[in-house]
Amino acid sequence: MRSGLARGAALGGVLVAWALVTYGNRWLGITNPVLLPTPGDVIAAAVDGLRDGSLLRHGAISLLRVLEGFGLAAGAALALGLLAGLCTSLRLALEPVLEFVRPIPPLAFLPMFLVWFGLGEASKVAFIGYTTFFPMFVAIAASVLRVDVMLLRAAASLGASRVALIWRVVVPAALPGIIVGLRLGFGLALFVIVGAEFMGADAGLGHLIMEGRTFFQPAQIVLGALILGLLGSLVNALLLAVERSLLRWQASA
Amino acid sequence: MGAPKIEIRGVDKEFKVEGRPALALAGIDLEVAEHEFVCLLGPSGCGKSTLLNIVAGFLQPSAGEVQVDGRPVTGPGADRGVVFQEYVLFPWLTVAGNVEFGPRLGSVAAGERRRIAARYLELVGLGAHADKFPIQLSGGMKQRVAIARALANNPAVILMDEPFGALDAQTREVLQDELSRIQRVEHKTILFVTHSIREAVYLADRVVVMTSAPGRIKEVFDIALPTPRDRFAAEFTRVESEITRVVKEEVAKVHE
Repeated sequence: MRSGLARGAALGGVLVAWALVTYGNRWLGITNPVLLPTPGDVIAAAVDGLRDGSLLRHGAISLLRVLEGFGLAAGAALALGLLAGLCTSLRLALEPVLEFVRPIPPLAFLPMFLVWFGLGEASKVAFIGYTTFFPMFVAIAASVLRVDVMLLRAAASLGASRVALIWRVVVPAALPGIIVGLRLGFGLALFVIVGAEFMGADAGLGHLIMEGRTFFQPAQIVLGALILGLLGSLVNALLLAVERSLLRWQASA
Repeated sequence: MGAPKIEIRGVDKEFKVEGRPALALAGIDLEVAEHEFVCLLGPSGCGKSTLLNIVAGFLQPSAGEVQVDGRPVTGPGADRGVVFQEYVLFPWLTVAGNVEFGPRLGSVAAGERRRIAARYLELVGLGAHADKFPIQLSGGMKQRVAIARALANNPAVILMDEPFGALDAQTREVLQDELSRIQRVEHKTILFVTHSIREAVYLADRVVVMTSAPGRIKEVFDIALPTPRDRFAAEFTRVESEITRVVKEEVAKVHE
């Protein structure tokens, strides 16, 4: 409760500071007020966007791309991460490839995805999938690898087959790490969707922001950024709630 | 008496230590009869846990063979329940879920599973804790759950690897009492590893004393004392000191 109050106060403080700087600038005329949009400007832009439905459309398109790309990558990362965690030879084979690809900033490959998949949805979805796959794969494989061999022994001497060992021991034992990996991946997806939409997109929050630049509408840029932040914290809170309910057994009581 | 439940014949086990082979077990021959409680006793490093791991199927012997119910052991299986020193409960399952794990693998119907779990949790005195998670239990309670989990799967034999070794002295004696009481009801075939002479004399029908590296069987004692045993009876103390003398020779060798 106390920390909730403190967090509310900190957020309020930021809003007040924003208002002071921007309205202050408008009063004192230090610089062109269009460059420093006030909270009122951003709210006005939001109302406009909501009225003509464009805001909802951009948000929904971005979210759908993120969900599709993330979903594909999560499925692949789960399957391959499990396999790599369980199979030493596969892991050893993949390691050098990963070590080579991982340090390349994903955005460096974005033009490649546009060349391959065109300007439509496929390039964004594929790019998000590509970006989020590697960190999720690494986190999942590592958490599978860390599963205590004694748990496997205990289950095997209760009669568990190889398949039962995977579903009834490896997956639940690795679940905390798997969930952290998925959360990481989703955060990253929201992170790179903007970049993907800056380049060759005609809709989405990234496009909305870019449009704000093109038509010199700083309030629209700030609005797009704020919505992305809001979306990110909402999804994160949702995933944390899922995590807490799935991992009840970790809570001490 | 019928065929032995556990038959260990000519088992050797060699490990590589810094690239060089080291013999951990040499020429182990041992039979455990049905309903018999046998303790493997010896100084640390004598290979008694290695032998138990071979019977459990976690390790392969370098030579020789282990049979349980006449079938050669090739890997772990539901016919040999194992109770570990570190409990090794499944932390994501409740106490009842842990006990039901084996029956669930054996496709026992849900109602029957619950009945089995309730029965064995009652037997180990944890009837009121079925819905807790392992993290909420003390060490002694966790080991009771592990014992209930092994019993609920109704294995042919139960292998116990220093199961009370991580517990404090009081809890340890309480659990020895419990296990002795359970054995008088359940009549399981149990192979039990310990380095506590008192524990072995208190629990076992037979105590197998092993030599230090390489582990061989040094001497086997039949414990003819009536159960439940009295740790302070003159006869108990006499057996205890007799075995202590034999074990001490081995401990002394390790320190030479």
